[in-house]
Amino acid sequence: MRLLNEEQVMIRDMAAGFLEEKAPVGTLRAMRDADQASDPALIKDMAEMGWFGMLLDEETGGVDMGAEAAGLVAEEMGRRLSPSPFLSSGVMAASVLRAVGGSEWAGKVATGEAVVALAMDERVRHDPGAISTTAAKSGNGFVLNGAKRFVSGGAAADRVIVTAMSDEGLALLLVDPASEGVERRALKTVDSRDAADLMFSDVQLDGAALLAMGAEAQEALDSALRVGRSVASAELVGVSKEVADRATEYLKERKQFGVTLSNFQALQHRLADLYTQIQTTEAVAAAALRAIDEGSEEAEMLSRVAKAKAGKTASLAVRESLQMHGGIGMTDALDIGLFMKKARACAEYLGDGECHGDWLLRQRGL
Amino acid sequence: MTDLQEFRAETRAWLEKNCPEEMRQPMSEADVCWGGRNWEFQSDAQQQWLERMVARGWTVPTWPEAYGGAGLSGDEDRVLKEEMARINARPALQSFGIWMLGPALLEFGSEEQKRHFLPQIARGEVRWCQGYSEPGAGSDLASLQTKGVDCGDYFEVSGQKIWTSYADKADWIFCLVRTEPEAAKHKGISFLLFDMTSEGVSTKPIQLISGSSPFCETFFDNVKVPKDQIVGERGSGWTIAKYLLTHEREMIGATDSALFGSDDLVEVARDALGVDEQGRLDDPILRGRIADFLIDEIAFDAELARAKSWIRAGKQLGAESATLKYTGTELNKRRQELIMAAGGLAALEWDFADAEGDEKASLWLRSKGNSIEGGTSEVMLSILSKAVLELG
Repeated sequence: MRLLNEEQVMIRDMAAGFLEEKAPVGTLRAMRDADQASDPALIKDMAEMGWFGMLLDEETGGVDMGAEAAGLVAEEMGRRLSPSPFLSSGVMAASVLRAVGGSEWAGKVATGEAVVALAMDERVRHDPGAISTTAAKSGNGFVLNGAKRFVSGGAAADRVIVTAMSDEGLALLLVDPASEGVERRALKTVDSRDAADLMFSDVQLDGAALLAMGAEAQEALDSALRVGRSVASAELVGVSKEVADRATEYLKERKQFGVTLSNFQALQHRLADLYTQIQTTEAVAAAALRAIDEGSEEAEMLSRVAKAKAGKTASLAVRESLQMHGGIGMTDALDIGLFMKKARACAEYLGDGECHGDWLLRQRGL
Repeated sequence: MTDLQEFRAETRAWLEKNCPEEMRQPMSEADVCWGGRNWEFQSDAQQQWLERMVARGWTVPTWPEAYGGAGLSGDEDRVLKEEMARINARPALQSFGIWMLGPALLEFGSEEQKRHFLPQIARGEVRWCQGYSEPGAGSDLASLQTKGVDCGDYFEVSGQKIWTSYADKADWIFCLVRTEPEAAKHKGISFLLFDMTSEGVSTKPIQLISGSSPFCETFFDNVKVPKDQIVGERGSGWTIAKYLLTHEREMIGATDSALFGSDDLVEVARDALGVDEQGRLDDPILRGRIADFLIDEIAFDAELARAKSWIRAGKQLGAESATLKYTGTELNKRRQELIMAAGGLAALEWDFADAEGDEKASLWLRSKGNSIEGGTSEVMLSILSKAVLELG
């Protein structure tokens, strides 16, 4: 029921066509089996589609298509579990780099020449405000100490934007993970994504590493989180739609007791309920993305609600789809399990219903 | 200035001048102007407001002028609504004639019927009620048994309707009646209009678990209905009924959450339970449930807004109206459960005999009917299974 204009339909269809060929579910499966978390050739191809520059303006080397366009691409990625640093580098790091301006790395992200990750979480639950990592002034530069966990896209990243506390409040620092004092530990995760823990011991950074400090840094980080949550919501909508479609098709094929499963009202109603949940989620995710493009004051709230709702709906969708597939759904040969793993990880990443529900109630004085 | 901007400026000026101050105050169910033969205006302002709006055709702004409307375009209608909302203007007139019968007549009525009935509705002269459900025909509405026997110039109607809102106050009824007993279930129903003062019509109000209600049982004992009071062809009543049911669902979906109770859950919880030193609700588990609900509620608001722009773009909601009806009503049941939980023991204080309808307990109990009336949640899910998912 979503109203898309011609340009949006084109973006979506091109993304679907490209991903169907270059990064269908089989790609993630193959990379998992080969113990490979990142595919540089695929990143290059995606960059050629303009995707890594969607949120960068022309000055910083991008094509400035906006959050709604990025959401359309992300939804198609969600449908295919396409492995890429699109969200971490092309959306979130790019948003930071655009907000602070003047970094050569923005252009490199846009062309796919470099992958940049955003290292913010330190706790086991998403909480970008809880920062123990410190950046102490030293000469014209800084000394960085601390640790970041579960950095999405962090294993393959050429540079990492690190959040740290300085004398002047929040600092955003661009760090080369190959620097002395940085220990990078690639993680194996349930969804086979590229992720890493990063430990910093007396890492010496020169003044050029500082992207922003204080209020400017906070604003840049907030805008990256806002757009990141909204695009992640669209990706989760893609995951939800795909597993719901697969369950619907399966019920129409599978026969038991002499009839196809689609005849059982108990199953029909569960799928119909899931359909309504997905509709609601699609609507709020689209509203969040549009609010960002329009610079609306509602964007912060909507991006949080969308992320929370999308996580809940995707969780329901993968659970229902697996159950309706029955025993075959439990096998690794079928893709449903891969979607379930993705939904769990993506719901946790950038915060879930508890995280954003808490924020929402604080806003409302509860 | 575009035509629409000009229209807005004129509308604003007219409303400013003509909407009485008293008609700009928040209203409750009791302040609704329903019109009808026996209507007693609650104030001079209410009467004045109705007369002025009627003269302008703005009680039914999109209907053609010939039928008592103003012939406004969709955009103009939206501007009028926005300008009325801007000054909190109350609707001058509400009725089932405006919401239900009018659209049915516009789509299916004869020219003569339109010219006769529509202006009466627009002017608030005749109050209508809807005779659909029967004791034996709820979700399976087409199995209705109220019969209309062909007696030459008229049908003789006998049977019983239930859940007829305001039957005891209405002047006329639009009613589904089986006139073709030999025809198949869906093909034997006709859409009849008749006067509630006709001999053989009687009504009896229904008490709900939430207290008194506008609902009635309505009895027909050999009521004579002239044959020219049929809308559409004989046996085509089901088509009209289906059209109106979709229309009704779209309306339920497109109405703002006011329909789903106006008590603010957050306020109720804060007032009743207080907050801890950190400003959090002093009941962490209930707080979590409220957060979970608010996320769903805000997401649904986005869905409603999307449906409105869909309609504004000139598209039909179709089966999607079932999604809105299902989601909106299930959400309201959750809201009322949470309001009761937040209100705690204090929310239990309630006098059944003296219930006003706006107490927490009344709203909570009444909300249980939301997912039954206008098509049950289960019927909505079946519609979606078949029409959208193509299951079964």
